[in-house]
Amino acid sequence: MDWLDDANTRWVLLGCTMLGASSGILGSFALLRRRSLMGDALAHAALPGVCIAFMVTGARSLEHFMIGALIAGVVAALAIQAITRYSRVKEDAALGLVLSVFFAVGIVLLTLIQHSGRGNQAGLDKFIFGQAASLVGSDVRVMAICAVVVTVTSLALFKEFKLLCFDAGFAHGQGYSPGVLDGLLNLLIVVVVVIGMQAVGVVLMAAMLITPAAAARLWTDRLGVMVMVACIIGAVSGVLGTILSAQALRMPTGPLIVLSATAVFLFSFLLAPKKGLLSRLRRLVLVRSMVGRENVLRSLYEIAEATGSWDVKVTEGELAARRDTPIKNVKRRVSRLWREGLLARQANQLSFTPRGLQEAYRVVRNHRLWEMFLMHESQLAADHVDRDADFIEHFLSREIVAELERLLQIHGREPKLPASVHPLQESS
Amino acid sequence: MFNLSSAGWIMLTGALVAGSCALLGCFLVLRRLSMLGDAISHAVLPGIVIAFVLSQSRGSLTMFIGAVALGFLTTFAVQYLSQRGIEGNAAIGVTFTSLFAVGVLLVSVYGQHIDLDLDCVLYGEIAYSPFDTLMVRGHFLGPRPIWINGVLLTLNLLMVGLFFKQFKICAFDPGMAAAVGINVSLMHYLLMALVSVTTVGAFESVGAILVVAMFIVPGATAYLLTDRLGHMLLIAVALGLLSSIVGYQMARWLDCSIAGAMATACGAFFLLAFLFSPKHGVLMRMIGQWQIRRRLVEEDLLLWAWRRRERSHQPHFTVGELGEGQNWAVREALVVAQRLVRTRLLAVSEGAYRLTERGLRYTEDLIRRHRLYESYLYGLGYPTDHVHAPADRVEHHLSPATVAALAKATSDTPLDPHDKPIPPEPPTRKNHE
Repeated sequence: MDWLDDANTRWVLLGCTMLGASSGILGSFALLRRRSLMGDALAHAALPGVCIAFMVTGARSLEHFMIGALIAGVVAALAIQAITRYSRVKEDAALGLVLSVFFAVGIVLLTLIQHSGRGNQAGLDKFIFGQAASLVGSDVRVMAICAVVVTVTSLALFKEFKLLCFDAGFAHGQGYSPGVLDGLLNLLIVVVVVIGMQAVGVVLMAAMLITPAAAARLWTDRLGVMVMVACIIGAVSGVLGTILSAQALRMPTGPLIVLSATAVFLFSFLLAPKKGLLSRLRRLVLVRSMVGRENVLRSLYEIAEATGSWDVKVTEGELAARRDTPIKNVKRRVSRLWREGLLARQANQLSFTPRGLQEAYRVVRNHRLWEMFLMHESQLAADHVDRDADFIEHFLSREIVAELERLLQIHGREPKLPASVHPLQESS
Repeated sequence: MFNLSSAGWIMLTGALVAGSCALLGCFLVLRRLSMLGDAISHAVLPGIVIAFVLSQSRGSLTMFIGAVALGFLTTFAVQYLSQRGIEGNAAIGVTFTSLFAVGVLLVSVYGQHIDLDLDCVLYGEIAYSPFDTLMVRGHFLGPRPIWINGVLLTLNLLMVGLFFKQFKICAFDPGMAAAVGINVSLMHYLLMALVSVTTVGAFESVGAILVVAMFIVPGATAYLLTDRLGHMLLIAVALGLLSSIVGYQMARWLDCSIAGAMATACGAFFLLAFLFSPKHGVLMRMIGQWQIRRRLVEEDLLLWAWRRRERSHQPHFTVGELGEGQNWAVREALVVAQRLVRTRLLAVSEGAYRLTERGLRYTEDLIRRHRLYESYLYGLGYPTDHVHAPADRVEHHLSPATVAALAKATSDTPLDPHDKPIPPEPPTRKNHE
């Protein structure tokens, strides 16, 4: 860990960590407000502000740059708002327009400064791609103050921002002005963008606001947890990027921080519980096998119902023909049902066990209840109902079932074989 | 033909770039894909760098293939992520920033070995375009960027021309496009492929970020100026050309980045359209609202005078009485009354105003609307003391067709709910002014 002995590296590490943490927090709100790309636009728009600040003061000082960027960011946010409100240009075009035109003005100013011969000592171009390695103690102090201000403000306004993200209309009804809150959120984003510019640059600053929040969203459905997770992911990306950059020389810190965040995002995208790709796939497989299993039970029940006797014997081929399923799938499902003790097997002949009949009765009843529901509630033609019911019966809740039972009896569609084998045994 | 001055070559390059970008940009703006265009223009960077390292030359076919591959990758990735629960904007953001970061890393790693630096990525080098000449068997054929961007513009024109109908329907109603048998996703990917190759061509000239301005701004500007797609394309391309000329002159005058100035000029044109567009401009809208407000005030005055005349058989009124009756300041009342005198709806003699024949006819029409609407509401079951206020608001805005329908719905009743006569339909309707 000899790289940590270097004071400069420690400053960079501290700065990038704070940047990641505070942008993770704000990014969460921006993501939920569907304003993820606002950060991108505001980051680009800050450039002319920085240039004008340099032209006015003639010195490279982070404080002045921040004030310039802040003003430019506010103007850009207002411009976006005005364009979407007072013309028919939509928000996406307004974002892209403000982003690129402000940046263009920034580049015009930047070249003006460079051609006047002061640009190189200003190091202004470092702001575009960032140069975390050039961070010094005083810069980091300013960054720290801003990060703390942003974090404290957004936590103090947690309830208000939460309302704004989930139900802006309700927030309005409660006496909060969504316009003011949105403006405040944009202002905080501008502050974070400004402290991030020196570390990762204007272009990649958007990633710091988007990626940790998008990753955190995959892990939880609770805002408080999401903000915390995003904060941690942002900070971890900052640390990771700085370490990688310090280890592999000549690799700029900004892109490495962004790619670290992307790696965390991809990891979350694959492995997050509930929303991750793997758990989605697992759920899909589970649902498929459940549907397949119930379909076999239903086929057998329907055959039995037609003959009027629950202990009818069929072959796997007959079951497969009934629903036009590949025999391979039927065999797999039958052997599972046999292991579960729902089907009995004698030579090639399959029949229900008492428990199997009970389960099949439940499935068939659910299915037919759902048919009733669709027929009566959504006025679908009766011959279109079955295909939908095939899929959706597995998700029908007990409460709806009870309501539909009456309808089923009216239409004479109740399952004809009893759920239990005992009455039949008694009568025979 | 091949002997343009350096300034001419630069402007021509800018015009070609702006033209092809503007053409595609219209569809991006209409399909609300502006930010996806932004994403692609950033995300092609790694493709360009890799192709550049492999082929060691600019504007080569490898570079275009690399860019198209990355353009497709971006489009696919954004679609994939947003179909799997990542919010649309966030999906765009995550994808393009990651790819751009890879690109910046690649530039920084290979930057020493190849002639491609971050400045070029950002600003482009349109000023050097005349010096990058194309020589075939010793013949000077003009600068290479001209040829590349010329081919790209031709390609874009050809594609948009060939698939104009498809692009059009997809832009306005993707559902209908699918229903009439157009492969919507194929058109989507075709558009994205064109955006990718156009970005590469524009890249060297204007850089990764300013190309976004070239794509979106002329399209958005044209969108404010017309309601027809064909006109929109023409206007956007024309604006692109104009911006490149104006931008170049501005850059010469200020001694600043040419590409930046061109994009700034695009922005200036948008601002002009935003404010002064004849149909969708802020100014026109403000004027429209102001005119409506003015008409309402005038009509209120006429109605007051007419009712006063009906009630007290007193055709004359003074400005003071008017101010008192309408709760207006005397000065305001005077201004409105004078305006109506000028339009000959009021006549004035020695400070006493009265409705002219024309003013009477005009106001009777308003009264007819008001009282018919009151009768209609009464018929719907409104109590008599609740019909006046709604009628007061709506009387200014009812069209002749609606008035006729109201008359029919109230079976041409001669009296309103307050037992006041409803003026009959005038033989010929004359509009105010």
